[in-house]
Amino acid sequence: MAKTLFDKIWDAHAVSEVTDGPTQLYIDRQFAHEVTSPQAFNGIRERGLSVLRPSKTTATPDHNIPTWDQDKPLTDPISKFQVETLTKNCEEFGITLYGLGNNKNGIVHVVGPENGYTLPGMTIVCGDSHTSTHGAFGTIAFGIGTSEVEMVLASQCILQPRPKRMLINIDGELDQGVASKDIILYVISQLSTGGATGYFVEFAGSAITSLSMEARMTLCNMSIEMGARGGLIAPDQTTFDYIEGREFAPKGEDWDKALAYWSTLTTDDGAEFDKTFNFNASEIEPQITYGTNPGMGVGITGSIPTLDEIDEAGQASFKQSMAYMGFQPGDQMIGKKIDYVFVGSCTNGRIEDFRTFCDFIKGKKKADHVTAWIVPGSRRVEKQAIEEGLIKIMTDAGFVMRQPGCSACLAMNDDKVPAGLYSVSTSNRNFEGRQGPGARTLLASVLTAAAAAVTGEVTDPRTML
Amino acid sequence: MANEKFSTVTSTCIPLPIENVDTDQIIPARFLKATTKEGFGDNLFRDWRYDGQDQPKADFVLNDPTYSGEIFVGGKNFGSGSSREHAAWAIAGYGLRVVVSSFFADIFKGNALNNGVLPVQVSEDFLAKLFKAIEADPKTAVTVNLPDQTITLDATGDSEGFEINPYKKNCMLNGYDDIDYLMSNKDKIEAWEKTSFY
Repeated sequence: MAKTLFDKIWDAHAVSEVTDGPTQLYIDRQFAHEVTSPQAFNGIRERGLSVLRPSKTTATPDHNIPTWDQDKPLTDPISKFQVETLTKNCEEFGITLYGLGNNKNGIVHVVGPENGYTLPGMTIVCGDSHTSTHGAFGTIAFGIGTSEVEMVLASQCILQPRPKRMLINIDGELDQGVASKDIILYVISQLSTGGATGYFVEFAGSAITSLSMEARMTLCNMSIEMGARGGLIAPDQTTFDYIEGREFAPKGEDWDKALAYWSTLTTDDGAEFDKTFNFNASEIEPQITYGTNPGMGVGITGSIPTLDEIDEAGQASFKQSMAYMGFQPGDQMIGKKIDYVFVGSCTNGRIEDFRTFCDFIKGKKKADHVTAWIVPGSRRVEKQAIEEGLIKIMTDAGFVMRQPGCSACLAMNDDKVPAGLYSVSTSNRNFEGRQGPGARTLLASVLTAAAAAVTGEVTDPRTML
Repeated sequence: MANEKFSTVTSTCIPLPIENVDTDQIIPARFLKATTKEGFGDNLFRDWRYDGQDQPKADFVLNDPTYSGEIFVGGKNFGSGSSREHAAWAIAGYGLRVVVSSFFADIFKGNALNNGVLPVQVSEDFLAKLFKAIEADPKTAVTVNLPDQTITLDATGDSEGFEINPYKKNCMLNGYDDIDYLMSNKDKIEAWEKTSFY
């Protein structure tokens, strides 16, 4: 029977089916960080269990760490304790840790792919909803809660209800100045923040297959923002070229075997999806959000919906969102003054993002009133940016690159946008308080963020290319 | 660790008729730095509940003495966003045993069930009816019966069935958790590993 890519990977990892219940799914790779793992390790200890397959979990602190002075002791005692707890847990249970200062440290979802941990056909979990990033390689990758982290540590398995299958097909060519970030923000604005809840999404079509691996990661990263369990893209030559030669990728004979297996990882002709959407890439313009969930986005030349465009049940939330953002229904987005720009996160903190940023700002200057946080996704990205001369371009334009971490994406560290101020952010969530209590977030692509950093207001980057 | 057994809860309700309540609102990120599961209830809905000076905001429902109980009723698409289980710990820590909504985000639903908090998904109509009944009489009682899978407005007898996976229902009724099941299945895990590509 014709099968979807999702079904092929899921079925290959089903250890057992619970009667009238979930599937017991084997997990090939778990990533762990300091915030959602300590209670799971405590649970293992309290039950007197051990970690079944320590080599299949890889850990790195990223969420609460500072992005400055990483060579000095952490000043926040609670963050310090959490990072130290991760170190102790990894030592006790024999788990590989890339600690602060290690040359493989960084955001889990940046570190996994760049070191060749993330490979097609795998099942991958992490106590972080943006684990969906790894779906770019043709994996079933999804975020889990801490109880589930504990399950995977104990048994290398997880109990999961089988999601439904959704196909999002995007054909056509993207305009200049439109990125994969704009594709996903557009799709979420069309489907809404809960529009793919209960589904695992496969992205396909010519606009998807022409994307680089890093652009695909940006896209899959945000599948969770429409409620999807995850999103994946069938692996192809672009995928194989990206993986080849990375440290933990298969080598020699193993590489040939892997390639043979990976080339079977496609959706069969005639395979059925529970739901299908088709979009045309040429209709997508740079996107920006105006509200307090990622589904509240518009094309950058557009305006905020008016009250009569919102259904009755959603009006209370919409009004609350407008009040929080300090916007009026019907407002144009272009020209809105902004105060902060954040370029980074597991969504847009990879080397291509910083190349795009630097290509744009080269020869331009940061607006004086804008505070910009430029935060690499990993130590490796930071090193590449230095080697490629990107730091010099940033310095000349008035920008400073910080040290790697999740930073202002969720503002667990000191990188907080002050209350009431506006931030154009390349991260993934614009929830109330996400970038600091009272902070107002406008999600956008790297190019749109770069344009805003230069002009100090919401600007269509296409007018500056 | 075994959870408390869940059978039937009869209680007044705490209503929050806002859609798309995300887990950053349920428990903001800056409160995720603990290494145990305790104490999160104090920061449930922190930034809606307290102002910048840590003073309670009088107009937020958790600060309104009119409303109390073990059943929380939220708008559509409750629990979207982050996978943080701290959201479920905050809800359980506050003393809530049931969250009712017309739609739940997947990860939140799983996290709630793994912590003995029952997510009850009702129709849009029934949710609207619940909000109206609570507004009309904040002391109105609602009964959530897990064995029968029903939710009932006690005063009027208005009732609706809800879905729950039979396996999860059994776990909730008996206080079992998934690790008990997985650890009893170790031979199958080892057998599967022999066939694994990775």
